[in-house]
Amino acid sequence: MATMIGQPINRVDGPLKVSGQATYAYEHWELGQPLYGFIVGATIGKGRIARIDTARAERAPGVRLVMTHRDTPAQGARDESVLLEYWRADPALNGPEVHHYGEPVALVVATTFEQARAAASLVDIDYALEPGHFDFAARQDQAYAPKWLILRLPTDSAVGDFDAGFGAAAVKIDQRYTTPFEFSQPMEPNACLVVPHGEDLTVYVSTQIVDAARAKIASTLQIDPQRVRIVSPYVGGGFGSKLGIHAEAILAALAARQLSQPVKVVMTRQQIFQLVGPRPTSSQRVRLGAGRDGRLVAIAHEVNMHTNPREEYGEPTAVMTRSQYAAPNRLTRHRMVPLDLQRGEDVRAPGEAPGLMAIESAMDELAVALDLDPIELRIRNEPTVDPERGVPFSDRRVVECLREGARRFGWERRPAKPASVRDGQWLVGYGMAAAIRVHPQAPAKARVRMDPDGNAVVQTDMTDIGTGTYTILTQVAAEALDLPIDRVRVELGDSDFPVSWGSGGSWGACNSSTAVHRACKALREKLRVAGNQREGVEAEGEIAFMMDDPNYRNYSIHTYGAHFAEVGVDVDTAEIRLRRMLGVFTAGRILNAKTARSQLIGGMTFGVGMALLEAAVVDTRSGAFVNHDLAEYLVPVHADIPQLDAVLLDGFDDKANVLGAKGLGELGICGAGASIGNAVFNATGVRVRDFPITLEKVLPGLPVVDV
Amino acid sequence: MSKTQNPNSASSGGVHGGGAATVAAPLPMRGPGAVEAGLSVNGTARLVQIEPRVSLLDLLREHLDLTGTKKGCDHGTCGACTVWIDGRRVLACLTLALVCEGREVTTIEGLAKGAELHPMQRSFITHDAFQCGYCTPGQIMSAVALLAEGHASSDASIREWMSGNICRCAAYPNIRAAIREIRDAAGGDRHAAG
Repeated sequence: MATMIGQPINRVDGPLKVSGQATYAYEHWELGQPLYGFIVGATIGKGRIARIDTARAERAPGVRLVMTHRDTPAQGARDESVLLEYWRADPALNGPEVHHYGEPVALVVATTFEQARAAASLVDIDYALEPGHFDFAARQDQAYAPKWLILRLPTDSAVGDFDAGFGAAAVKIDQRYTTPFEFSQPMEPNACLVVPHGEDLTVYVSTQIVDAARAKIASTLQIDPQRVRIVSPYVGGGFGSKLGIHAEAILAALAARQLSQPVKVVMTRQQIFQLVGPRPTSSQRVRLGAGRDGRLVAIAHEVNMHTNPREEYGEPTAVMTRSQYAAPNRLTRHRMVPLDLQRGEDVRAPGEAPGLMAIESAMDELAVALDLDPIELRIRNEPTVDPERGVPFSDRRVVECLREGARRFGWERRPAKPASVRDGQWLVGYGMAAAIRVHPQAPAKARVRMDPDGNAVVQTDMTDIGTGTYTILTQVAAEALDLPIDRVRVELGDSDFPVSWGSGGSWGACNSSTAVHRACKALREKLRVAGNQREGVEAEGEIAFMMDDPNYRNYSIHTYGAHFAEVGVDVDTAEIRLRRMLGVFTAGRILNAKTARSQLIGGMTFGVGMALLEAAVVDTRSGAFVNHDLAEYLVPVHADIPQLDAVLLDGFDDKANVLGAKGLGELGICGAGASIGNAVFNATGVRVRDFPITLEKVLPGLPVVDV
Repeated sequence: MSKTQNPNSASSGGVHGGGAATVAAPLPMRGPGAVEAGLSVNGTARLVQIEPRVSLLDLLREHLDLTGTKKGCDHGTCGACTVWIDGRRVLACLTLALVCEGREVTTIEGLAKGAELHPMQRSFITHDAFQCGYCTPGQIMSAVALLAEGHASSDASIREWMSGNICRCAAYPNIRAAIREIRDAAGGDRHAAG
């Protein structure tokens, strides 16, 4: 049998994507001319609609419908008993109350996009303003303990006696780190086209989880899920922001039903900053106590994050601290600060991304305090078993990543003293950080059949959001069926196909690959029995939820890595430029070396954004995100990313799944930002704990040098 | 072409072209209803009925079934809508369709020669220079134009002159590798776009 898994083959959807032929949600011309919906957002942060007059908008040219809370049909209510928000009802325009700035208060539907947009400005609204709370720093005294975090992870944890251990430690770090609101901002805006067929709806929507989109629309519109078909073959990025669909889809569905005509709605880039949730802003206190030998005796990670008062989103920011370093005395805590902003949502590596910014910075500070190499510090605190659960690790290779990365990066050339190396105008420094990311496993099913022409067709409602799903599933099926790549066709993103949890949580690749692998094995057996009657033979395969898999009880299953960054800081202006960056990672068996590397460099680049650029700023008077576009919410561009590479240490985690593979869509961001912050410290001697690290935070502490 | 031109300056230079210094006579009033306009898109003459407020981007995507050009921000900050007007790259979202009258618009759909992909398109596939694919048409239109402009001589130059095209999946190193391959295969960075 030819080895296909792991080969760096080109994306099978590449020709469509480079020629503009891949059709995203808003682009289905074959369905005829739709109407255009445009969302009108609230211009207050908290209060209620006192008066809304739609007459002028309704008289505007081309307008077919103006929906407001007065005439929107009754919708299903949010049901907190549903495990994940993405599957819950999410009503829109269902009352006069305004809970956050930008919340939809009307939808204008017209014959053309321009008509809808123009008429949206003609909806007259008076608001009764109520005092809202928008200032995270000022509301820290309101912090409370939530019942649980996302996926019902425990809010707190404790092992040993932290206070005693920390109190007696020879060397202590006690620092607070803050991270801002951050947005996923994929390049394709949240978009939806709904085509009604009698009572049924076909929904073309940009989503990461087809099954969740179906459940949310059906439960919100209170219709049978079987009457809703979701189609999402190509998704222009997600990064967590499309795990659940949002108002664009609910409003398009409501309007299409009412008008019995196709309606499409897309958020403007500015609206995305108000209608999709940000990563919660956080304030994290980290305490590390160590002996003079560098061994940790106590570790505490306490997190305050913002939440919407009506709908909690518990980011598991300190959860990886429960698994990463050995120490006999430990605690983690998560608390929530209610603000009248939209709910927090998943942004790439929820939990690890902000949590490791803090922990991996604190470890660097401890290394400085101990006068110890930061790599050596981490190696000295490498645990033999999961330090809080007491179970063995399945396949932990942090130390290997640290050593391999140090060798490849030339870590031995790191400036021994901060602010000691100049390259012309630049102060130069090196930094590193370790990476860890949970490897979750979620349910997925797949179907495979043999067509009369001898080609295999794989079907699952799994999505490809740029992750390479089409390609890796082609490889998995080709290997299992012993077929060449071009004899396998993978069909995704349709609720008519077997159900999965889609793309997210770094679970998509392994869930769907395992299901496809099993379906192919079952198909081979059926074909063997069928002899010459091969036509139409099909088989299914599946994978179970991690909570039903004994390996998840018996092992601590993660992916790992190490980041190395070199930065230059302008000696006069404190401008910070990344000069080069390397990540070395392990994630079990690699399914496609080319697409896996792309995922990792993409994640690392998100980390560059977290460290140096990204921060959504709230106007604490109104609750609006003021820098609500890509001109002012800065994400990395070509010029920000010079030499940057990711190296994968291939392996096989036999506790993860039958293929030995683990997810890596989020691993690249984990710890990436901290490595840059640590490099800035090494370059300048300035430690910035309020992310992102921008020049005005560095400039006052720059060393005085020759002029 | 000027060396100092902004890589993604949307518009006016390319659209009005010619650089005539004389003051033009006042243009006749048109609109606000739909008016007729003629332009060429990917070598095909098109006669369209559009309101003057329709952007080139929406003309392509919502009137002409050319959805390869993407709408990422609709206000000139992301580069996903990069097309060429008379061979020069512009942002279609900041360009009114009517000012393209009599011009030649080239989109990603016009880059391949029939079924044969443009070398830059092939190079993007080989180097995995995209993930979700949504910014990709704009990246490719910029990348091909970049070579014609003479802005691909070094990695630093490519980084600078491609910075108007955001890729949130962050395929940046791979995009540069794709551009380098085509540049080197052509023996430099000054061959004709398209």
